[in-house]
Amino acid sequence: MTEQATGAHHPQPRPRSGGQQSTTVEHVTGAQSLIRSLEEVGAETVFGIPGGAILPAYDPLMDSTRVRHVLVRHEQGAGHAATGYAQATGKVGVCMATSGPGATNLVTPIADAHMDSVPLVAITGQVASKAIGTDAFQEADIVGITMPVTKHNFLVTKAEDIPRVIAQAFHIASTGRPGPVLVDIAKDALQAQTTFSWPPVMDLPGYRPVTKPHAKQIREAAKLITAAKRPVLYVGGGVLKSRATAELKVLAELTGAPVTTTLMALGAFPDSHPLHVGMPGMHGSVTAVTALQKADLIVALGARFDDRVTGKLDSFAPYAKIVHADIDPAEIGKNRAADVPIVGDAREVIADLIQAVQKEHSEGQQGEAAGPRYAAWWTDLNRWRETYPLGYDQPGNGSLSPQQVIERIGQLAPEGTIFAAGVGQHQMWAAHFIQYDKPATWLNSGGAGTMGYAVPAAMGAKAGTPDRAVWAIDGDGCFQMTNQELTTCALNNIPIKVAIINNGALGMVRQWQTLFYNQRYSNTVLHSGPEADGKQPSAGTRVPDFVKLSEAMGCHAIRCESPDELDKVIEEANSINDRPVVIDFIVHEDAMVWPMVAAGTSNDEIMAARDVRPDFGDNEDD
Amino acid sequence: MSKHTLSVLVENTPGILARIAALFSRRGFNIDSLAVGVTEHPEISRITIVVNVIEELPLEQVTKQLNKLVNVLKIVELEPGQAVQRELVLVKVRADNETRSQIVEIVQLFRAKTVDVSPEAVTIEATGSSDKLSAMLKMLEPYGIKELVQSGTIAIGRGARSITDRSLRALDRSA
Repeated sequence: MTEQATGAHHPQPRPRSGGQQSTTVEHVTGAQSLIRSLEEVGAETVFGIPGGAILPAYDPLMDSTRVRHVLVRHEQGAGHAATGYAQATGKVGVCMATSGPGATNLVTPIADAHMDSVPLVAITGQVASKAIGTDAFQEADIVGITMPVTKHNFLVTKAEDIPRVIAQAFHIASTGRPGPVLVDIAKDALQAQTTFSWPPVMDLPGYRPVTKPHAKQIREAAKLITAAKRPVLYVGGGVLKSRATAELKVLAELTGAPVTTTLMALGAFPDSHPLHVGMPGMHGSVTAVTALQKADLIVALGARFDDRVTGKLDSFAPYAKIVHADIDPAEIGKNRAADVPIVGDAREVIADLIQAVQKEHSEGQQGEAAGPRYAAWWTDLNRWRETYPLGYDQPGNGSLSPQQVIERIGQLAPEGTIFAAGVGQHQMWAAHFIQYDKPATWLNSGGAGTMGYAVPAAMGAKAGTPDRAVWAIDGDGCFQMTNQELTTCALNNIPIKVAIINNGALGMVRQWQTLFYNQRYSNTVLHSGPEADGKQPSAGTRVPDFVKLSEAMGCHAIRCESPDELDKVIEEANSINDRPVVIDFIVHEDAMVWPMVAAGTSNDEIMAARDVRPDFGDNEDD
Repeated sequence: MSKHTLSVLVENTPGILARIAALFSRRGFNIDSLAVGVTEHPEISRITIVVNVIEELPLEQVTKQLNKLVNVLKIVELEPGQAVQRELVLVKVRADNETRSQIVEIVQLFRAKTVDVSPEAVTIEATGSSDKLSAMLKMLEPYGIKELVQSGTIAIGRGARSITDRSLRALDRSA
């Protein structure tokens, strides 16, 4: 299992040594009980900000040698940092905030983690239990608010419940389909005297995730795979979460089927592998999108047929039978009916599939896969690959091309670098032009599309994996939402690197305005006032000056405006490891993300570039 | 459009009704009726939900999503043929000396009960299937319905089998 990025196991509510039950009962406050629980469950790093209601917990936190607290500048940063930490380490991310606005500021990262199935535990202080419901100072019903965006949440009003609830929260967050769990603790429960012993008895009769797939379904799937003529392995984030990348490689090579990895699954299968055909979806590669459209079998592994992948659902993959494996039964058949539904953990599913396919082969059922496997299919795939590769044009005026900036950062990055992206054009280019060959090297906000994700997520990833380089690929719009966490990075020895892909505009929105709103650039120019017509966003004021801003936050900051300086500044950034580095790349503003399937249209309408629809030999007027 | 009756066994914890009601609205379902009460086991509550769906597929989706709620122990769809379904109504009907005996006759026809009488009105209690109750209300309507209150449907499967048995065992194991 050398493929696996981390050897860390999900923290389990068991004592660390030998599995023996600790018999000592400690007399503690609720707050001490909370910190002891976090220590026992293996929470090494907590991102947060104190405030009135959570204040009791921060006192024993100061004395803990096993839990490190990183004081962030905004609770949203704490949440995304915990998400980045979880994605990079494979452990549960933890964030902490006080009641009321502290808690509500966590809502965006919690919703983000929910959409992307990230194991997260958010701990919030609540007003004293007697004051709940009275509209007390800094009171918010955070349990009610986060109900639809958490996997589960708890309100704790008794000190003796704290260890059990913390153990259950970590168990729920990290098992089955991972997700965020919020634990809201009343201030009087933190202050009360109680006893602490570990492990507590968990009481979750209604929580029984199924991980072992059904043998009959596996056999059915293996039969379909061997009988298929045009199969595709459609790989989602679940494969990364179950650490099934090594198994996936075996299955892919055994079957010889093309593999497409979604935005959430980049790195689950090496981009450099000949069987990899790229990313599917709205900005997927022509080959991957077309492969799914023409496939006669789609084997979905830990993927959920998201609308950004399928395009217009009723015209998605019209010829394909569907094998759909997911740990969440509710995902199967939600968007696309499955011919073979498989509920189970991706790692167990793929391991069982390998055996079942081998059995089919040994029984002579090689089907199309015999000899050169799926030869006719690969002829088509390779033709599309050669005709419509990912690419970009250099701007005519000698300015920086954003794609080239991102591509060079990827090429010059040290081995094992983790990349975190914000949301927008730069995110798609980072998905396209950086090569991901290892799991847990790509962090982004896929489902929620949370602008401002990159800097705090990179901070969390770096805090969790200090030996690895972490690059945040950010846009100038995203950067202005969460850049204050660079102060946190500078003061806490978390030396991340940030590339601001600065086109002076909300680039993805601007791209849509260019294509669908007659070049009327309503409110997408970022560094000019309302008088700007947006035709030339980079001719703005350079307010704010990102170099000065970053320097003020204790970072080493550089500006880069010409392709000649590109490699030099990236190497400079790679060589600095004692503080955060920010590079303000002033890039060409008219660059667009291609290929593209316009929202609400069929994936058959994919455009390889502006006004270029790939020719699949099916145009009626040919 | 079809009506389905779901029996949902849940841990008797605060907020569970909010979780379930919110899930239905978030996933775009309308709850036709809802009834909640504890079961023979005080730690388990039973929620009977009648829901209208346009196709079968979304019902499957909502039961799967319900199953994911950590405090939900079990969901059973009760088929009308294999279950006894009952609602309760209390209805206050305008009645004077002239009409009172006619109303009492209707009450007897539907095996309902008169629970309160005053010079201007009678209050009637009736239980039954929703068809029976709406037939009775149709008969009472001409006299003038002053006030009407209806419970949600409750339902239980016919025969000896109990849907709580296995869920109780799950609770025992975890204790």
